[in-house]
Amino acid sequence: MIKKMQPTASRRDVLKGGAALAGIAATGAICAPAVHSAEPVTLRYLSTAVNQAPAIAEQAFRDTGVKIEYVSVTTDEVTKRIITQPNSFDLVDTEYFALKKLVPAGNLMGMDAKRIKLVDKLAPAITKAEIDGKKIGDQGTAPKKVFYLDGQYSKQFSDTPTEWITLIPTTYNADTLGIRPDLVGRPIESWAELLNPEFKGKASILNIPSIGIMDAAMVVEATGEHKYADKGNMTKEEIDLTIARLIEAKQAGQFRAFWSDFNESVNLMASGETVIQSMWSPAVTAVRLKGIECKFQPLKEGYRAWASGFGLPKTLKGRELDAAYEFVNWFLSGWAGAYLNRQGYYSAVLDTAKEHMEPYEWAYWMEGKPAEKDIVGPDGSLLEKAGTVRDGGSYNERMGAVACWNAVMDENEYMVRKWNSFIAA
Amino acid sequence: MTASRWTPYWQAAPMALAFLLFFILPLLVTLVVSFWNYTEYSIEPAFVTENYVTAFEGCLAELPGLCTTLKTYLSTVKFSLLVWLITLVIGFAVSYYIVFEIRSSTVRLVLALLCTIPFWTSNVIRMISWIPLLGRNGVVNQMLMGMGVVSEPQDWLLYSDFSVILAFVHLNTVFMIVPIANSMSRIDRSLIEAARDNGASGWQIVWHVIVPLTKTGIMIGSIFVVTVVMGDFITIGLMGGQQIASVGKIINVQISYLQFPIAAANAIILLAMVLMIVWAMVRFVDIRKEL
Repeated sequence: MIKKMQPTASRRDVLKGGAALAGIAATGAICAPAVHSAEPVTLRYLSTAVNQAPAIAEQAFRDTGVKIEYVSVTTDEVTKRIITQPNSFDLVDTEYFALKKLVPAGNLMGMDAKRIKLVDKLAPAITKAEIDGKKIGDQGTAPKKVFYLDGQYSKQFSDTPTEWITLIPTTYNADTLGIRPDLVGRPIESWAELLNPEFKGKASILNIPSIGIMDAAMVVEATGEHKYADKGNMTKEEIDLTIARLIEAKQAGQFRAFWSDFNESVNLMASGETVIQSMWSPAVTAVRLKGIECKFQPLKEGYRAWASGFGLPKTLKGRELDAAYEFVNWFLSGWAGAYLNRQGYYSAVLDTAKEHMEPYEWAYWMEGKPAEKDIVGPDGSLLEKAGTVRDGGSYNERMGAVACWNAVMDENEYMVRKWNSFIAA
Repeated sequence: MTASRWTPYWQAAPMALAFLLFFILPLLVTLVVSFWNYTEYSIEPAFVTENYVTAFEGCLAELPGLCTTLKTYLSTVKFSLLVWLITLVIGFAVSYYIVFEIRSSTVRLVLALLCTIPFWTSNVIRMISWIPLLGRNGVVNQMLMGMGVVSEPQDWLLYSDFSVILAFVHLNTVFMIVPIANSMSRIDRSLIEAARDNGASGWQIVWHVIVPLTKTGIMIGSIFVVTVVMGDFITIGLMGGQQIASVGKIINVQISYLQFPIAAANAIILLAMVLMIVWAMVRFVDIRKEL
């Protein structure tokens, strides 16, 4: 999905020529309004392929004149690139939980809240862990815990709102278990079912330790075996207990396989190798698009949420910096939000996204109402027939039932070691 | 024109340079980093042995049980041995057939080339193509059930030791065939004639004439297969359903969590293991004779 490199010579030339102009540029006076003029600015946009839609880049160019050059890598690679090669991108879309590693490394800078037009409209689910004024779960690395920095270049998070925002949200969602209703044959209501011996040899969990262990924790809590103070930040004893539970299940033959990427999870489910497993929402859609029944099952203990957002490398300045702000502002202004909402993600500013969606689309995706018309994907393919209701219901029901967020634990290193022993068991 | 005494050095220089740049240097860096300190967002130059201690954590305490590292190595060594044995038997048989049973050199060439056809697609694709075959609702299970051999789908066909070994054998047998066939084709046919004239049976000829003369080929093939299997994590991951531990996977996970120093330590341990195995192998046979 890497878009063909634009003739970046122009950009480089600008940089080179920029050295001469540096004195003037430093004042910023020339640059700010200059984005539209002369050469279009190209931004190297680093993220996973999931967040990169050519349609968004095209629309952004039409509306703002900023060219987006996608650099697509895996989730782990995003983190690695930020830490080891912070000059290889101009804009990054990464997950909030990674910030615990990224901010101390000091390669990102805070985004100036004053330059984000819709900053007050950002979803409170992200900024305050609230829906309609009601608190939702904030265990793990809830975005609100890592939303603000002390200063623009600070390596410390601020508990109170400041002018410096770590990441401006792009997409977020609440994850749960995927099931094959046709093969399970009865209602599934609890996370505990993942390790229910009834599904022996037909269950799967994802082999990304920091997320897999959260799913396991949801199970342990659901069975009443242990109540965690914070599932996203376990003590060593809690890690031991959770891993022990996983090992016990593995040795009893509970798991068919583990998966670590999207396609693996789709294949396991579609081929009927597994009937219940950790899953991501678009993967469930992918199984359904093959004509196979698959459900993203809401569970009574709630969801494990995640959120990702735009960050800026510390070294970004001049025209590129202005262009980055312009792009982010455009991104929040509705077109992109509607585009993402239609894929089942949630966008950062709901009001503007709503303006860009048909009322029936909004009702289906966000309000949990039965689809009045057929629901089609961005490429025009049929996603759902008229009459279907979205799994998990409305935005408020779903985000309101978040139990915890994807996280990096303080004991992360110990956890990874323990996870390896689970795989070896 | 007299050759300068430096000429051989110049001639060896390009290879030596490439070797230095792409093998020795990265290896040294890995070794150095394996003694560094790290957090999840930084690595700091230091000299700590902690990474090695961590790698073998609990190995003494858990005796007679096995710690993660030993369990992982044991499983890896088990796969190496089994795959080595199977590829050796198949590789030897195929080579024998091609070299000694086929009279026409054209047919021999065609057959040898046939062995390489699987390499026209990527490793991963060749592996993945087994999955729809072996799955619970796969072709093999449907066939077995259709023939009435089994009454319900067999789970052990996929995501098991069996599927891992199957894929490894599929991927690596050719590495055995090529060097063994190469050694075999160099055997002077008159030796076999002589053995036959002296009353040796077919098996005796294979065992007392062909095997000893093919030893170098066997050894080169073995080194290929064993080293590939020792370091692999993609085959074990894909075919084992990620439920089977491998040293490569542990390193992979650590790298993805930016724990470079401990990943480096594990890589050094793995390298030491592989070197030990190769060293033990070449003690049996002088492969220089072949090269």
